[in-house]
Amino acid sequence: MIPELGHFALILALCLALVQATFPLIGSLNRTPSWVALARPLAWGQFAFLALSFAALVQAFLGDDFSVLYVAQHGNTQLPLMYKISAVWGAHEGSLLLWALILAGWMVAVATFSRNLPREMVARVLSVMGMVSIGFLSFMLFTSNPFDRVFPAPLEGGELNPLLQDPGLAIHPPMLYMGYVGMSVAFSFAIAALIGGKMDAAWARWSRPWTLVAWVFLTIGITLGSWWAYYELGWGGWWFWDPVENASFMPWLAGTALVHSLAVTEKRGAFKRWTVLLALLAFSLSLLGTFLVRSGVLTSVHAFATDPARGLFILMFLCLVIGGSLSLYAWRAPSISRGGGFELVSRESLLLGNNLLLVLITALVLLGTLAPLLYDALGWGKISVGFPWFNTMFVLFSPLMILLMGAGPLTRWKHHNPSDLLRAVRLSFVVSIAAGVVAALPLLTGSISAGIAVALSVWLLSTLLTGLRQRLQRRSGVRGLLADWKGQGGRAYYGMWLAHLGIATFIIGVTFVTQFDIEKDVRMAPGDEIQLNQYLFRFDGAAQHMGPNYRAQRGTVKVFRDEREVAVLHPEKRVYQVQTKPMTEAGIDAGFLRDIYVSLGEPLGGGAWSVRLYYKPFVRWIWLGGALIALGGLLAASDPRYRMRLRARVGAQAAGKGFGAESTA
Amino acid sequence: MKARQKRFVFILLALGAVAVASVLVVQALRSNITYFYSPSQVVAGEAPADQPFRIGGMVVRDSLQRDPNSVRVRFLVTDNAQQFEVVYDGILPDLFSEGQGAVARGRLENGVFVAEEVLAKHDESYMPPEVADAMKPGEYQAP
Repeated sequence: MIPELGHFALILALCLALVQATFPLIGSLNRTPSWVALARPLAWGQFAFLALSFAALVQAFLGDDFSVLYVAQHGNTQLPLMYKISAVWGAHEGSLLLWALILAGWMVAVATFSRNLPREMVARVLSVMGMVSIGFLSFMLFTSNPFDRVFPAPLEGGELNPLLQDPGLAIHPPMLYMGYVGMSVAFSFAIAALIGGKMDAAWARWSRPWTLVAWVFLTIGITLGSWWAYYELGWGGWWFWDPVENASFMPWLAGTALVHSLAVTEKRGAFKRWTVLLALLAFSLSLLGTFLVRSGVLTSVHAFATDPARGLFILMFLCLVIGGSLSLYAWRAPSISRGGGFELVSRESLLLGNNLLLVLITALVLLGTLAPLLYDALGWGKISVGFPWFNTMFVLFSPLMILLMGAGPLTRWKHHNPSDLLRAVRLSFVVSIAAGVVAALPLLTGSISAGIAVALSVWLLSTLLTGLRQRLQRRSGVRGLLADWKGQGGRAYYGMWLAHLGIATFIIGVTFVTQFDIEKDVRMAPGDEIQLNQYLFRFDGAAQHMGPNYRAQRGTVKVFRDEREVAVLHPEKRVYQVQTKPMTEAGIDAGFLRDIYVSLGEPLGGGAWSVRLYYKPFVRWIWLGGALIALGGLLAASDPRYRMRLRARVGAQAAGKGFGAESTA
Repeated sequence: MKARQKRFVFILLALGAVAVASVLVVQALRSNITYFYSPSQVVAGEAPADQPFRIGGMVVRDSLQRDPNSVRVRFLVTDNAQQFEVVYDGILPDLFSEGQGAVARGRLENGVFVAEEVLAKHDESYMPPEVADAMKPGEYQAP
């Protein structure tokens, strides 16, 4: 009964989405206030029904209702409570429901936190989000209904994929989806502005905090995913350039470009068309990402053939969203006014350079991700694009980006005297080159890559410090800092500061772990000792160990440095009761400067095991960088200027010129 | 120069840069892709002798041999028509087992395939798509 209620709520949500996609939009165009006023309650209604539907699915998992096909496939009576809940979004149908629920959540957020926006604008934004919602809800109802029943009901479920039974991965998809779907807000703002035919600094100011928050979620999601891959897959890798990872990385890159381009549009009124285009791109890539991962098209083009309905629906939906938004853009863009001009040496042109590089990298990642599909479809053979290619592309373009990133915040809008800029960065330049050379000395690392990485990081750090010093001088020292915190623009600045610091941290982490990690696959019998770098590993055998829904061989590895015990690690080889595939659980001793990582391979007889030993310097800095970037974004999004003065400004503007061409607000 | 001429030169330069960059990118891509060959193709000598490629098929039952003193393993992969020997120094992925599909990346050395990496996807019911395609029709049975 409850699953049917969930199904029914899903249908009702679709009905509401249909109304929401049409009436408020039409009302905003022909000035029917009662239709415009529908937008907010409809958003709430959709959220309520989707929450009900989601709760019904959660209930089915908690109650082990295996008469529901999806639960029978992915649920199990033995699953711990937490994983019964996370199993809801552990596969295709349920994750789509989560997507739709989060979309409704964003709608409600827009409806709630936009009291000071023109009503027509909100109505249009919510209408566009309603259209996206229609796409997802009908996809779910027509091709992937999570509430389908199965008869006769099996006695026990197929269990959630053991790899996904992990706290990191329980929250990774929701975070990622918050990011993906959050990009729909930026998208909807852009479409709404295109419909309205007017785009100004106020539009960018409204759109900015939403985009930032979505981008922060995406950052957190990707960082969590990388961290999870590191400790759960047992390979010690943190990024594989796997299509699934690329699918989340591309919207992040486009989103990063968007966040920066929005800054220009808000401050200077320039780059409007470019910003709109980026907003369309970021969301299109989010959709593409969701579908690439979920449709199975990546494992094989032939996956399309096994379920043509899904594949066709996805293709049509993508074409509709991308084609529709681009046509609207082509139709409306010529009417968008040009922004303020700027000279070659100005913050605008540095940000433009960064934007172009980010889009270029996005395009390259897309190329590498889709190349195997393309080759297969054209009959050129079955290929895979190795990660060296992606790495090369990144190493090629990121130094240029970092150079611009360091100089950008020190440059004034519109025009900056080139010799002034040179004077400001001269010291940073010298210091970073020196640091790089020192780091590359044979005595320290003897690696040119490490030298370059250090130079780039120091460059970022020192330019950031220069910027901070300049700012403090202008604001009469540390006391100014407090005023900065409360005032407008302060938090945005410190947010930028933290996020860029995160990039510097990330560069160090990535380069050092790729250059200096040590890996050894060895055969170890109990009592065997292996020296790796300054660390001595002693294997003390493996013993049987029982978990809640698995049994494991649990190894004991003691790690010594200079005769002193540093860590006792317990890597495990688990076999889950239902899906009887073996699974590796690594033993990790985490540290700020290095990780020690041990995972068990296979038993080789006589108590001996194949064991994988790793020494991973600075690997934590990668995720520390991600966390700093997310924190910075959050700080910037909390800037008071997005909230307090908005009303006054909007009021002044509405009185002055009015927002949309047809708007009377 | 007039503004229009200036813009024209700028666009020309940008197009040139894009063209050069694309050639480089495609070139780099071509040198970094690895093709897939089935055991039959490798036996027939279709696979490159001096370049890395991927081979895949079902792991022949009871063909897995371990070196007693190291982590070196040997196994045979088959597409039900031919089989080919793969040597690998390292730890096999969790999902590797005899009678199941596997893909290895590496190169030919003295008539055996020396793998640098043995691939396994983390998926419930995984059959590498290349392997599924390479299996001779009618003879393949799901494990």
